[in-house]
Amino acid sequence: MANLDIVKPENLVYQRTKVLTDATMHYCPGCGHGTTHRCVAEVIEELGIQDKTVGVAPVGCSVLAYNYFDVDFQEAAHGRAPALATAVKRLNPELSVFTYQGDGDLAAIGTAETIHAANRGENITMIFVNNGIYGMTGGQMAPTTLVGMRSATTPYGRCVERNGYPLRITELLATLPGTYYVTRQSVHTPAAVRKAKAAIKKAFEFQQQGKGLCFVEIVSNCNSGWKMTPVQANKWMEENMFPNYPIGDIKVDGKIAEGIDVNRLVLDHALEVVTK
Amino acid sequence: MQSPNKININHYKTKTMAFKGQIVIDVERCKGCAVCVQHCPKNVIQLSKNVNGKGYNYLETVNDECIGCASCAVVCPDGCITVYKVKC
Repeated sequence: MANLDIVKPENLVYQRTKVLTDATMHYCPGCGHGTTHRCVAEVIEELGIQDKTVGVAPVGCSVLAYNYFDVDFQEAAHGRAPALATAVKRLNPELSVFTYQGDGDLAAIGTAETIHAANRGENITMIFVNNGIYGMTGGQMAPTTLVGMRSATTPYGRCVERNGYPLRITELLATLPGTYYVTRQSVHTPAAVRKAKAAIKKAFEFQQQGKGLCFVEIVSNCNSGWKMTPVQANKWMEENMFPNYPIGDIKVDGKIAEGIDVNRLVLDHALEVVTK
Repeated sequence: MQSPNKININHYKTKTMAFKGQIVIDVERCKGCAVCVQHCPKNVIQLSKNVNGKGYNYLETVNDECIGCASCAVVCPDGCITVYKVKC
């Protein structure tokens, strides 16, 4: 069936980027981390900054990110990636520095580092993958878990009286004057992947121009933690995650984007209760 | 995308498509998540009944309707699809 006449280098439309290594990723089938890795690697390739980029890996599912990117990497202590990225950027201002963190790393144990790095306006790029659960340790409740969402530690659903509210850290960071570009994207469809890649590219370009902290949240799935197939998980994410974590730019060019009321987004926790 | 000489153009004239594509799947890298299957506009791909070295039902092409839109490759978490396209 394969038409070998077409399979020629001059007809190439799309191939795996060379900025990713040949190592097979350890992520579960269908995990958004793989797509996000690819987006970041393609942006690094397109900007031609492979030898001038330093990534900072977190603790969590993406702890082994340094095995998959063919760029220089530092491994941070749990939640401390923004602090380490601050040091790398201040010592080598000519480098492009990005952190790659999950919601357990960035929004739970690393909240202080995240908020203070954003408040100082460090000139780094932060990629935040939010799947609403602690994936690596076995699907426990995270700060970003939705109200009513089941996890290993909230088997009857997250209860507001006992477990509090989901943390919308992206809207929180958008209210700080140090951040320049804050956006929320997803990677579950081809169109969404292209938009997310464009957002990541903007974030890297703004960093090269010295604009300030750029923050890209990727709303992702966790089919293992949610106990679903990858296709079901993407559908569930569209129906339940997106109403609570609306997709789109939140802060552009240092100003809150038009039509976005950050206070409402941060404070309005009359959230839809999800059942699963 | 210049049209190569070796393609038999007459074969494709019967079909109303402007582009002819071909995907190459890295079978051993595929994890069988099937995220790509639902995004193919021409239903070219589906999971095989056979498994690869890791035990996953890998992806395979089931017809030659591919138009080289690269939607499958863009959404693939593991980057196991390479896409080629010619104008015809």
